[in-house]
Amino acid sequence: MGTKSSSLASKAIAVYRKDIVSEFRTRYAVNAVALFAVTTLIAVSMSVGGFGVTDKNLLSALLWVILFFSAMSGLSRVFVREEESRTASALRLSADPIAIYIGKLAFNLTLLLALEIIVVPMFVVMMNAGVRNWTFFWLILLFGSVGLSAAATIVAAIVSKANAKGALFAVLSFPILAPLLVTAISASSAAMGGGAFADCWRYLRVLVSYAGVMITASVLLFEFIWED
Amino acid sequence: MTSVRLLAITKEYGERRVLEGINADIASGSSLVVTGRNGSGKSTLLRVIAGLTRPTSGQVAIEIDGKVLAGEERRNAIGFVAPDLALYEELTALENLAFFAKARGMRRSRKDLRELIARVDLAGREDEPLSSYSSGMKQRMKYAFALLHEAPVLLLDEPTANLDENGVALVDEIIREHRKEGLLILATNDKREVGYGDQIIQLGF
Amino acid sequence: MMLQSLLGVWMCGVILAAFLWLPPAKGFQYPEAARIIVFHVPNAMAAVLAFLVSTVYAIKHLRGRNPADDAKSAASAQLGLLFALLAAVTGAVFAKIQWGSAWNWDPRQTTILILLLIYAAYFALRSSVEGSDRRAALSSAYAIIAFVTVPFLVFVVPRMTSSLHPSDTLTSRGGLGTQYRIVLFSAMAGFAGLYLWMFRLSVALAEIRNGKKGV
Repeated sequence: MGTKSSSLASKAIAVYRKDIVSEFRTRYAVNAVALFAVTTLIAVSMSVGGFGVTDKNLLSALLWVILFFSAMSGLSRVFVREEESRTASALRLSADPIAIYIGKLAFNLTLLLALEIIVVPMFVVMMNAGVRNWTFFWLILLFGSVGLSAAATIVAAIVSKANAKGALFAVLSFPILAPLLVTAISASSAAMGGGAFADCWRYLRVLVSYAGVMITASVLLFEFIWED
Repeated sequence: MTSVRLLAITKEYGERRVLEGINADIASGSSLVVTGRNGSGKSTLLRVIAGLTRPTSGQVAIEIDGKVLAGEERRNAIGFVAPDLALYEELTALENLAFFAKARGMRRSRKDLRELIARVDLAGREDEPLSSYSSGMKQRMKYAFALLHEAPVLLLDEPTANLDENGVALVDEIIREHRKEGLLILATNDKREVGYGDQIIQLGF
Repeated sequence: MMLQSLLGVWMCGVILAAFLWLPPAKGFQYPEAARIIVFHVPNAMAAVLAFLVSTVYAIKHLRGRNPADDAKSAASAQLGLLFALLAAVTGAVFAKIQWGSAWNWDPRQTTILILLLIYAAYFALRSSVEGSDRRAALSSAYAIIAFVTVPFLVFVVPRMTSSLHPSDTLTSRGGLGTQYRIVLFSAMAGFAGLYLWMFRLSVALAEIRNGKKGV
């Protein structure tokens, strides 16, 4: 049996693939998140769609509220499941904490982006929201999602060790996500209105730096949270 | 040459002191048995040694040739079996082991993994998800998990829980094999298993 | 004991000066109401100070794993919550009088609301984790993560809406008279002292609760 040490990246990929395969077989998170998102979307468009909402700020606020709460409904599963099925110890014994965080973050990001690919076009159609600058719109969704899943992943790790996990997850996540949500809402509203490049870049800068800071802080702190 | 040193290990859960000033020094080729009634802290002590639980005070040093291990080296020096440990139910035996090997930064061929599964008498079931396994089979899988990385230190908490006669014989063989060169720490109240200990720690009074 | 009495006398002096000695501030629509500044601004500063101290002790706790550091971090966060709440309320009273509505999503109000939410969440987390070691580690980590997002808050929120907050009046020369400056700075010193005194009391109380003597 040959043993060879491999890089952090390949270990993170192992964690990511394990989670994807598990998710594919059990559909724990996907079902919760997708159904939640679609239900909320329909609820929102039924209640306000009839009034013909055209205000771009309001539309993008509604979009991000839907995305935020959908994320809150399922992104904590990555850690909660490890604790509930008592597999967390085996994972702790085997894997580098940083590889675990990165793998779980990548999984959550995949989940969120997959969700957006379905929900965002539905939202645009059902709410009659015109988007002038699609490239910028998707860029905002992409980088907004990186920051959103980075914060959600580290909070999920915290929440998985607490009682009342479900309620606590949104309570802990919202205040730290507030700056990201505020920026993403203004940015998508600008994209709907076909904002200029300079304008867009200003928002993207904030979203990218938020994601960067959140991931760095999480990598530094994850070890303390993850150990039992 | 591997050694495990425990220096004044104390663990408190709030007001309750579970472990108090545990000292031990074990070297490869010998074994330590931890006994004591239920709730005396056997499992906690093993979790502390494994690095799963941080002691309130005191230190655990796992050394190979005088060098204290940390991080991945420490993780890969320990094989752990315990009742509260579980593997991924939705993955097959083979997928579980392949994942843990990769997470440990090791390369294991399919053939190696199949041999390991055959060693714990689960040959033929390696492509079934663990959710279809009985509790005894899951216990055997935990041995495959613990032996996967050929760790010099083997920590076994209630080694024969859920096992039938064949399973007990299998564990006996694994223990005997490991004792030759490796370092073994057992937490048990089974009289026969206590007999494996070169040193014995009695917890709780 | 001595210092406590001194602090009491000092705060009495500040209160008397704020209501009797200070002239109405001319720059505002309702000059009499401006006296609340003497309490509002120092409260906000005491809250910021308390949150800073809380974060410092959270970092210290994760480095050294001393339960006393966690107790200090929690004690300071609690005081920060109290001062922030008082600052928000005094601010809302002032806003109601000067601008006609108590809450108008002024950037400062948004920021302080989110700070309140962060530390309310911090205490919700503390109360739902079992085991003191685990509670300490998790809440310290959360406090630090929340703290690194605060610069974004300060940067992002002011761009949402324009502010009516009269911070410029306070910082620019000649905005407020010398008398105001004297009382305001005395009040700041008083509130900082008040914070320190309350902080030491809560730490001592936490130590008694944990059954430990000394630090």
